[in-house]
Amino acid sequence: MSALVGVSARRKRTDRLGRGLLLLATLIALVPLLAVLYTLIQKGGGAISTSFFTTDPNGRFFGDPGGVKSAIVGTTLMVALAAALAVPFGIGVALYMVEYGKGTRFASVVRYFVDVMTGVPSVVFGLFIYILLVVTKVGGGFTAWKGSVALALLMLPVVTRSAEVVLLLVPDALRETALALGSPRWKVILRIVLPTALPGLVTGSLLAVARAAGETAPLLFTAFGLSNTSLNLGNQMNSLPIQIFNDVQKAQDRLVERAWGAALTLVVMILVLTLVARLIQRRSSTA
Amino acid sequence: MNGKGTVESMDSADLGSDDGSTADARPAETHAPASRERTPTRAPETRAPETHDQDAADGHRVSLKSLRAFYGDSEAVKGVDLEFEPNRVTAMIGPSGCGKSTLVRCINRMHEEIPGARAEGEVLLDEQDVYAAKVDVVAVRRSIGMVFQKPNPVPTMSIFDNVASGVRLSGKRSGDLKEVVERSLRGAGLWEEVKDRLGEAGLGLSGGQQQRLCIARTIAVQPEVIIMDEPCSALDPVATLKVEELISELKRRYTIILVTHNMQQAARIADRTAFMLTGEMVEFADTEKIFTNPDDERTEDYVTGKFG
Repeated sequence: MSALVGVSARRKRTDRLGRGLLLLATLIALVPLLAVLYTLIQKGGGAISTSFFTTDPNGRFFGDPGGVKSAIVGTTLMVALAAALAVPFGIGVALYMVEYGKGTRFASVVRYFVDVMTGVPSVVFGLFIYILLVVTKVGGGFTAWKGSVALALLMLPVVTRSAEVVLLLVPDALRETALALGSPRWKVILRIVLPTALPGLVTGSLLAVARAAGETAPLLFTAFGLSNTSLNLGNQMNSLPIQIFNDVQKAQDRLVERAWGAALTLVVMILVLTLVARLIQRRSSTA
Repeated sequence: MNGKGTVESMDSADLGSDDGSTADARPAETHAPASRERTPTRAPETRAPETHDQDAADGHRVSLKSLRAFYGDSEAVKGVDLEFEPNRVTAMIGPSGCGKSTLVRCINRMHEEIPGARAEGEVLLDEQDVYAAKVDVVAVRRSIGMVFQKPNPVPTMSIFDNVASGVRLSGKRSGDLKEVVERSLRGAGLWEEVKDRLGEAGLGLSGGQQQRLCIARTIAVQPEVIIMDEPCSALDPVATLKVEELISELKRRYTIILVTHNMQQAARIADRTAFMLTGEMVEFADTEKIFTNPDDERTEDYVTGKFG
């Protein structure tokens, strides 16, 4: 009876020590995250105003330097086109690997290359598109759509891998059921697998979009920059990362402050996307 | 894509009357011998007005001829010959891993869905070999329905859509979908329980109801044969009883192949029983004989609980 009562002092101490260490590690990891947010708000908060979102950078040496409207529009457009390119292809590749190529050598080779691509630095994609499309002057020199292609290349492995994981989560029993009902495989995929996996596919794609939205290097070599708001993807186009990159090197405090404001804007945009992704995921897990 | 066209019905008049097995003593069992006189080609949904039993129909015969099934190099079914008679419940019993599930999955060609799996030999649905070169595998699965061990309604679909899914997925539109759903749910004995909440998620039903929903989904496609792979092993005794009653009902229309772990279940509802061991068919006879006076010693050891 007595053996069941009381926890030894040593075990209690070890337990407290273990918990304490883990808590400490968590707190330390939080410090830089919070510091980044704090600095962004402290330095960039002052730049935020209505005109910050409604005017373009005007290049004036003195006075109001203008806002970042062209950069927000540019980032939105280029990332949207990149997503339109990368998401269908990425999900397509994942569908092939999970539904048709399962267990084949080809599928595992593809999976290996996708993994390698995930690790390729973004500057390499930028350079690749620069050599392939910009230097060769395909449809003009620096253009926004080439920036989108570079971003799409960057997103492709992220979309593919996340889609593959989500598709693998769809129980085989569901596929079997549908097949046993006399359904052709393509219908099983369209009617059963994709709807079941949909929330996860959306989440994975949004996270890839969030990652691409913050990339500077691929755009530096491809879409370059243009202060004015442009809706023409066949032209040069401004973007938030490029705007930050340019402004922060300037001597004027007003421009540096605009860089901080643009950085804050970018972080908030990505935060919202991530939140949406989370919400979609949560809704699906309760359904 | 026409599965019916390749399949011809066999005359089942040689079957004779009930063989006095325990299952036939159920009150629900009213065999309609008149239905056997119907034309051999079974058009879907032509009812037999001359019979008092509207739901009865000719089942179809399934014969296995030296069927062998493999997973890669290992042979799971080692040359089995077996006849599943029309309008009968045939139970497959045997210990885990004896190949009974593999065997029935060969009948509707689901076995080959597993990477590396293949089958040899013949599976005749009436006279048509489902493994013949020209046969459309999708049509085979429409003709031979399957109910799985775990109730598996599609989670994204409502009760209605789950039942309709079979029809929609197989592209086999047969008149009013609402009517099909109601008829199938009635056929599965579930209509009264769910008629007021057809729009709710199929996963909201109890396990037993989910399994009957899956049966409704299977019969909505109007198959000729229904394979049930341990349909009650995930259900409680009350739900099991309901599904067993349903199976005895269903055999008036269909040929039923029932894989079961539960020997009592086989004894309760099967007309014929096949005992399998390590991929081989040991004995196949009337259920009563298998359980009371089997020819093979291994069968006797198994049904008396000496192993397995």
